[in-house]
Amino acid sequence: MSQTRFSKDHEWVRLEGDVATIGITRHAAEQLGDVVFVELPEVGRSLSAHGEAAVVESVKAASDVFAPVSGEVLEVNVALTDDPAGVNADPEGAGWFFKLRIANRGEFDSLMQQAEYDALVKES
Amino acid sequence: MRYLPLTPDDRAAMLARIGAKSIDDLFVDVPSAAVVDRGRFALPDGMGELEVERHLSRLSAKNLAAGSAAFFCGSGAYRHHVPASVDHLIQRSEFLTSYTPYQPEISQGTLQYLFEFQTQVAMLTGMEVANASLYDGSTAAAEAVEMARRITKRAKVVLCGGLHPHYAATITTLAQLSGGEIIAAPRRPGQGEDLASLIDGETACVVIQSPDVFGLLHDLRPLAEAAHAKGALLVAVLNEVVSLGLLEAPGAMGADIVAAEGQSIGNGLNFGGPYVGLFATREKFLRQMPGRLAGETMDAAGRRGYVLTLSTREQHIRREKATSNICTNSGLCALAFTIHLSLLGEEGFARLARLNHARAVLLAERLGAVRGVELVTQNFFNEFTLRLPRPAEAVIDALVEENVLGGVPASRLFPGDSAAQSLLIVAATETNSTDDIETYAHALAKVLS
Amino acid sequence: MTMNNQGRPTTPGTAGATLPDTLSGDHGLDHEEKLIFELGRRGICGVDLPEAPAHKARLGGLERRQKIGLPGLSEPEVVRHYVRLSRNNYAIDAGLYPLGSCTMKHNPRLNEKMARLPGFSDLHPLQPQSTVQGALQLIQELMHWLMELTGMPAVAMSPKAGAHGELCGMLAIKAAIAARAEHRPRVLVPESAHGTNPATAAFAGFRVDQIPASGDGHVNIEALRAKLDSDVAAIMLTNPNTCGLFERRILEVAEAVHQVGAFFYCDGANFNAIAGRVRPGDLGIDGMHINLHKTFSTPHGGGGPGAGPVVLSKALAPYAPLPLLVGDANGLRLVEDRSSLPTNSDPFGRMCAFHGQMGMFVRALSYMLSHGADGIRQASEDAVLSANYVLASLKDVMTAPFAEGPCMHEALFDDSFLADTGVTTLDFAKAMIDEGYHPMTMYFPLVVHGAMLIEPTESESKESLDRFVAVLRGLAQEAKAGRLERFAGAPHYAPRQRLDETAAARRPVLRWTEAKIAQAAE
Repeated sequence: MSQTRFSKDHEWVRLEGDVATIGITRHAAEQLGDVVFVELPEVGRSLSAHGEAAVVESVKAASDVFAPVSGEVLEVNVALTDDPAGVNADPEGAGWFFKLRIANRGEFDSLMQQAEYDALVKES
Repeated sequence: MRYLPLTPDDRAAMLARIGAKSIDDLFVDVPSAAVVDRGRFALPDGMGELEVERHLSRLSAKNLAAGSAAFFCGSGAYRHHVPASVDHLIQRSEFLTSYTPYQPEISQGTLQYLFEFQTQVAMLTGMEVANASLYDGSTAAAEAVEMARRITKRAKVVLCGGLHPHYAATITTLAQLSGGEIIAAPRRPGQGEDLASLIDGETACVVIQSPDVFGLLHDLRPLAEAAHAKGALLVAVLNEVVSLGLLEAPGAMGADIVAAEGQSIGNGLNFGGPYVGLFATREKFLRQMPGRLAGETMDAAGRRGYVLTLSTREQHIRREKATSNICTNSGLCALAFTIHLSLLGEEGFARLARLNHARAVLLAERLGAVRGVELVTQNFFNEFTLRLPRPAEAVIDALVEENVLGGVPASRLFPGDSAAQSLLIVAATETNSTDDIETYAHALAKVLS
Repeated sequence: MTMNNQGRPTTPGTAGATLPDTLSGDHGLDHEEKLIFELGRRGICGVDLPEAPAHKARLGGLERRQKIGLPGLSEPEVVRHYVRLSRNNYAIDAGLYPLGSCTMKHNPRLNEKMARLPGFSDLHPLQPQSTVQGALQLIQELMHWLMELTGMPAVAMSPKAGAHGELCGMLAIKAAIAARAEHRPRVLVPESAHGTNPATAAFAGFRVDQIPASGDGHVNIEALRAKLDSDVAAIMLTNPNTCGLFERRILEVAEAVHQVGAFFYCDGANFNAIAGRVRPGDLGIDGMHINLHKTFSTPHGGGGPGAGPVVLSKALAPYAPLPLLVGDANGLRLVEDRSSLPTNSDPFGRMCAFHGQMGMFVRALSYMLSHGADGIRQASEDAVLSANYVLASLKDVMTAPFAEGPCMHEALFDDSFLADTGVTTLDFAKAMIDEGYHPMTMYFPLVVHGAMLIEPTESESKESLDRFVAVLRGLAQEAKAGRLERFAGAPHYAPRQRLDETAAARRPVLRWTEAKIAQAAE
């Protein structure tokens, strides 16, 4: 059974066992506009929570994607490298960025639930 | 003032619309302590065209223009013949007085020539992609080193001994800022260099110039192999891009980044600037490349067109994370390059290169035959080094009296290097007639006798 | 009366309601033009060169083995190609070019003529210095003008553009700090700064610390003070700033910065608003680059080359990069290396080969001499007057965040007047293209939403400004009236409609290749 949480930096995290799948939220993808380039972390790299993990670019903007939780990179979504439009097409599904083996379950638990995140987006 | 269209009446009417009593009202935010009187400046009042021409022509006349002498200087700037149409075309208002092509719908002229320029540079250097130019060859070389360090995440930079010293200084100035470690190989004028032994697992790149500052040609292939074996990149530097009409392209010899001075094609000597930096690399390093890029796309009506692209690498978007702080290219110089190279084409460019080489071979024979003069560079394109029986600088000064600008004394480039005192770096191009060459040989014999 | 006896109609006649497209794909003076590589062929050359005489090659076996692939064309073909390309460009010579922070002013042709005098253009950078004394005098004269106009004691001439000048200034600061054996890793940059400022500071090895904006378009001096400490190397501040305002508390900024031992670097991109009226040296500035291609009108050339000399305070002057120009009894001399430095000189290094953008120096000096100190002051005043006139003439229909004025040489608007119209800043700007104007600077500075920054410069007549104002007022009213067809998808009358920048970035095509012809033929 998987659970999904959200960061205030507009990343989502889906946890299955100790494997977290991470991407950017639908709201973030809409704000960014057409994504033209995605730079993903190296497999095997260990990321710390809130550290820079990936880069996502539209024509006029480049944004850092942060790791919402710490962990070691297990897999990256290479399909995005060839077809960055995948981020716009299905940001919270097929447009995932990378998977981590998480180091600290507590970090995940402290992230926002869907309702909380939706409220944040509404406020902004 | 002839450039200012507003009349006193216009100014009064405009102030009235604004609701200001005088122009001073518009400068109210300036602290009064910083307001300067008209009479404060030790500067003249305005002049008419005729007076300006008179003043500047007087300064111009105090110089010995290259075209008024038998001229043989190179060392990073070369005198070639530029067809009349080049200067005519680059002075068209639409090229000369337009801004960076940020509005592609009304800037296709600039964008398309930049795309043509990028293609030409990639073709000449044997690389996959080129940018829309950098300031000049030296800054392109410094950017190449920074790029190699970003790609490899390593600190060490090996510079060949034959690198133009201004290029080495520019690279060093920039590299030191971010913790780069420069390893400069010893100078061996006219001889091969053992750079491979300086490369190790910490080396980001090795910078090789060919033809080098002494004119010597280097085979890049063994060095590329040695660099790649250690995970380092090969940065190839060129001062004289016309050499590529005759010589193997650095890309074909394994270079990863090519940084070259493009002045030789389309651009005059201009006492050192403006010039045009050529910068080319492999496609896989594209995202790490500095500078502007024009790319092909379609408009809403499905017609082919061009835009500036991949600008997320650049300062106006990436700010402190940009690949470089460069905010411009050398647009008009790049246009001159593109037009001149289009006029030359494959055949003309090769012929130009052969002509340069033939002139230099003849010059080397004639000067090498002067008593006491030794040819130091055996394999060269259009530039070589001589060893004179006397300090070269004094010889060059004496040659001026014979109306010969006979080259660049190595002591000007390597002051304090006693071995350089007697070396003279000499270049010949298609602009040198056989008479020029004979004049030089006679004058040198006279000065040395 | 005179008969029209050729039977030729001499009135325009009535245009058809729907026109068929042309057979050629061209439209009157608007020609479609292929790439040069698609026009050329083998066996022709646009330059007549003799074949090289017989000689024994000395190339050491490094001859090129493969063809380059360059097309062959005759001279008329090349001329026509580039003339046709040129006609797809907007230019200041052809119309008002209101790009804020870019300064598109008139480029006098006298300057071009002067730069081509053989005593300047046909001079090698390493000729014996005795043969280039006139050129060195010209540089010295230009240095004098720059130092006088800025009230600064020194100037470094070699930087090749504004951003290169910034780097030069920051390196001088770095050297001065190193000479004091201090550790100052931080540089303060306001949010509203040009992107080059943080990029330069980072490139120079500093950590960039952003100063948040204040609501009034001026630097937030309290926020600045809060960030000032003994680890701050410098502040980089544009004045007049990117909102087009003179930083009225600039003396306080300088004092606060100097109090903690830091330096005040000024981005001089907007010097053209105050040249001849205000000397940056009186404002406590330690370093400032001057964009010769803006303030002193060397042509922008479609994006360069420019030139960015940097004036330096007494504290920074010793660290100016090589080469240096010095004078003595024997005339002027370039110091190109550390072996013969004048006293008190300790250059931080070298910015580039040779001595800077001589071609731009000649043009800038020609411009300065033409104007004189009085004319430069008048030009600054006219630039400021024109911007305020535009602001006053538009602020009732467009929204200006700092409408109370006065502004300096550029008038800033935001997009709140477009709220709920369905028209964006981009649409509005693109509609200007259809009206025959180059758009203003959009979406900069970043601190104002949907920013539109208009810099008319001193080169426009009142009639030209009035016409421009009338068009913008008309567009603003059309947007508010909901006549969206004018905006959606604009421009309609330009050589190209909107271009797909997303596709260009997703699949970069950065050069022509032979393979592409084959593809096209399929």
